[in-house]
Amino acid sequence: MPQPQAAAAEPIIRTVGLTRHFHVGGQFSRRSLHAVDDVDLVIGANEIVALVGESGSGKSTIARLLARVYKPTRGQVLYRGRKVAEIRTRKARLDYAARVPMVFQDPYGSLSPVYRVAHGVMRALKLHRPELSAAAREQEAERILKSVGLTPPREFLDKYPYELSGGQRQRIGFAQALACRPELILADEPVSMLDVSVRIGVLNLMNDLRRNQGISFLYITHDIASARYVADRLIVMYAGRIAESGPTEDVLAHPKHPYTQLLLSAVPDPRAPVSLPASSEVAEPPRVIDPGEGCRFRWRCPYAIERCSVETPQLRVLRPAHEAACHVAE
Amino acid sequence: MAVPIIAGQDVVEALAEPRAGVLRHVVSSLASNRKAVTGAALLGVFTIVAIFAPLIAPYDPHALLFDPILHPSAQHLLGTTQNGQDTFSQLVWSTRESLALAVIAGVMATTVSVLVGVTAAYLGGLWDHVLNLFTDVFLVIPTLPLMIVIAAYASNRGVAVLIAVIVVTGWSYGARQLRSQALALRNREFLEAARVRGERSLYIIAFEVLPNMTSLIVAIFLGAAVYAVLAAAVLQFIGLGDSSDLSWGTMLYWAEHNGALLAGSPQWVLAPGLCIALLGGAFALMNYAFDEIANPALRPVRKKAR
Amino acid sequence: MIATKVLEVNDLVVEYASEAGPVRAVDRVSFDLARGEFLGIVGESGCGKSTLLFAIARLLSRPAEIVSGDVRFDGTDMVSLDDDELRHVRWRRYSVVMQSAMNALNPVMTVGSQLRDAIQAHDDMPGRKIQARSEEVMRLVGIDPIHLKSYPHQLSGGMRQRAMIAMALVFTPDLVIMDEPTSALDVVAQRSLMLQIKELQRKIGFAAIFVTHDMSLVSHFSDRLAVMYAGQVMEIGPTNTLFASPKHPYSTGLLGSFPSIRGARQPLQGIPGAPPDLARPPAGCRFHPRCPHVMAHCRTIEPPVYVREGVDIRCHLYSDGA
Repeated sequence: MPQPQAAAAEPIIRTVGLTRHFHVGGQFSRRSLHAVDDVDLVIGANEIVALVGESGSGKSTIARLLARVYKPTRGQVLYRGRKVAEIRTRKARLDYAARVPMVFQDPYGSLSPVYRVAHGVMRALKLHRPELSAAAREQEAERILKSVGLTPPREFLDKYPYELSGGQRQRIGFAQALACRPELILADEPVSMLDVSVRIGVLNLMNDLRRNQGISFLYITHDIASARYVADRLIVMYAGRIAESGPTEDVLAHPKHPYTQLLLSAVPDPRAPVSLPASSEVAEPPRVIDPGEGCRFRWRCPYAIERCSVETPQLRVLRPAHEAACHVAE
Repeated sequence: MAVPIIAGQDVVEALAEPRAGVLRHVVSSLASNRKAVTGAALLGVFTIVAIFAPLIAPYDPHALLFDPILHPSAQHLLGTTQNGQDTFSQLVWSTRESLALAVIAGVMATTVSVLVGVTAAYLGGLWDHVLNLFTDVFLVIPTLPLMIVIAAYASNRGVAVLIAVIVVTGWSYGARQLRSQALALRNREFLEAARVRGERSLYIIAFEVLPNMTSLIVAIFLGAAVYAVLAAAVLQFIGLGDSSDLSWGTMLYWAEHNGALLAGSPQWVLAPGLCIALLGGAFALMNYAFDEIANPALRPVRKKAR
Repeated sequence: MIATKVLEVNDLVVEYASEAGPVRAVDRVSFDLARGEFLGIVGESGCGKSTLLFAIARLLSRPAEIVSGDVRFDGTDMVSLDDDELRHVRWRRYSVVMQSAMNALNPVMTVGSQLRDAIQAHDDMPGRKIQARSEEVMRLVGIDPIHLKSYPHQLSGGMRQRAMIAMALVFTPDLVIMDEPTSALDVVAQRSLMLQIKELQRKIGFAAIFVTHDMSLVSHFSDRLAVMYAGQVMEIGPTNTLFASPKHPYSTGLLGSFPSIRGARQPLQGIPGAPPDLARPPAGCRFHPRCPHVMAHCRTIEPPVYVREGVDIRCHLYSDGA
């Protein structure tokens, strides 16, 4: 059936029922770890979307599904309306890798220690901008380093990773992504391993890149405060499913899902007065191995009703553009 | 409950001094390491002797010109053999074959180790299992009997057979280590970054994985070289090499064959034996040095005065 | 005979040997701790806070060593004690909680047997008393004593940390030293654990030193806060004062690096640059390359400690007469 919308109106990424399970327990077990279940998300042009969750929530798996490191167990990833699973030719693969690159968490592990820092940027340029001559590549590399705040660029390009600080290395990670001329950068916890005073600089860089070059970001983090600092929209994940999603300020001001409420109450904030103790003392990790039906948060939820054990809650709209997957929320 | 302090990332950063590159770093680290310098110096001496053998050796090593079983003197530094050949000239010329054996067999064994180990780690799954089994079988077979059996059945006895035997019995140990390191590297984010960037698998193995394993590969080569020196000596000593070859092992063979110790020419045995030990030792010293460079925890801490 | 200060650290200097010469990880740190006081030590990577902690707990090993200064625990000089004497003090009078329980707990021993080990290493308690005390201390931290029979991997992250704290409290020490005990936990478990620690402190009355890189974490729980940078204490004072009006430019910068989830959304600056290499610290004030208020003499003259409104500050901005 012909699509009534023009291709340009399609968001950069749309996932439909995205699911990824991992087989666990050795050769003979049939247990499966539900890393991501039934995720529908949309990332449009010129926006920063934050994916917030604890470890085990599935947020890193989603990044890798979008980067085509993993194949989905079920569901689709659509890039501008086209199914990503149908990308087969080398050219199409390279094209997608250029449009949707990834920045990694570990500044010490994401750069090869045996090459100068220019290596990754140059390889990205060679692979994705083959039309550039060698001289043009050098110039472009310098321009990119300037745009991520590393000046003088020539000096930085010639250094080895161990000569740079963590923050500088992360900027190189962004430079590598920028070399491809991306539409959307998948940033997997880009500041979690940086010193606190350095994080803001990198977060500001993301904001600048969005504002000046119109690049979208999927910012994956466990730190909801930094998510608020950069993101237009917030998606909260728990145990592989989306718990709540909506405009950042609205979700923070009116959290609908009990997990979001728990998360917000637990965040330490020096500027706020001492808050009430967290509502849940039970520190159970989310159950993602063969979870079965029902809400996965019910064991920690103060509002759980019988329906929560039987029926998996689906996302429903509770406020404009703001939805939550909870039977009890209103 | 004493816990060693400072295992953290931040302090290692504090110690790093600006170095120009991995290769230059390796060379300068070696230069400042006493074991490495000693080993390299020994190796250098042997290499020079091998290259300039015709100039250093006073006589033709094969020439049956002299009186047999002469004691060491000014004309014959190490005396003569049973057949009247100058022992010292033989020793000097033997350096060529012994050194060549060590290096060639070492390189070939290391190459096989790298191919098997890295392929197993990178392919994973069934291939990993199969290659592992293969490696384990070779690891478990006792090397000396295997060497003897293969060499005894080989139709001709030459350097090529020796090298083949050494390679077949010597590659499995390194393959294990290389596989482990390749596996550990596989999870490093810069490899994931290369994949996500769109690099081909072959490129990743050749240009991203292997360059990060050079330390280990060199260390394994050095270990294989030690093994090759000793294995070649053993095989030649028991007569499984070509006894007309000129190498330290065959010198030992002839010395034993002719009862050198009984005949009062201990130097005929001691000299080649010492050379074998020194060459093996040279490689071993450099191996230790490499371990220390690769793993800072092994380095002896030398306090600098204020 | 009982000193009012449970801990006094005077001009402590810790260096470790390296090929480049001795590196000063802790540079003339001085502070006191009163009975039952909660002191937070805050700093980023490479500031020396963990080294300081280990030095106080006498857990340093070569190549690091205490070069000068002293650490007085209840009046006794700790630095000069030998291993035998230390054994009597260690764990009974002060104890240590490490950063990662998964690394500090023995994975092949049950929690109960590790508790027993800790007790037997420092006391001659009979077996039944050990069991009773183990159960008591597990209940104290909110873990069902049945878990004495569990292995560390069978407990959740938060429970493991609490088991570590139980071990640390088994002799009701006067001082508990904690090295980022919550950093491996998620936000909710972190908050839960912090509340627990504070509750235990109220109940038992031990003094606590809590080292962390996350200032906001410790803001509601500590009585006093010390901010460390490049091996030195830059500012130390009552927590509320420090948060309400930070004096040292580094403290101000650090506070300004935490985005808030409440209030208006404002752009933040962080602190440009990076912490220095301890082997070659900047001349003069160690923070001067990154300081927005740097003055000419900051580059050459190291600032002494000045006192303002009960807060010690190592900064020329507060020199008398300024």
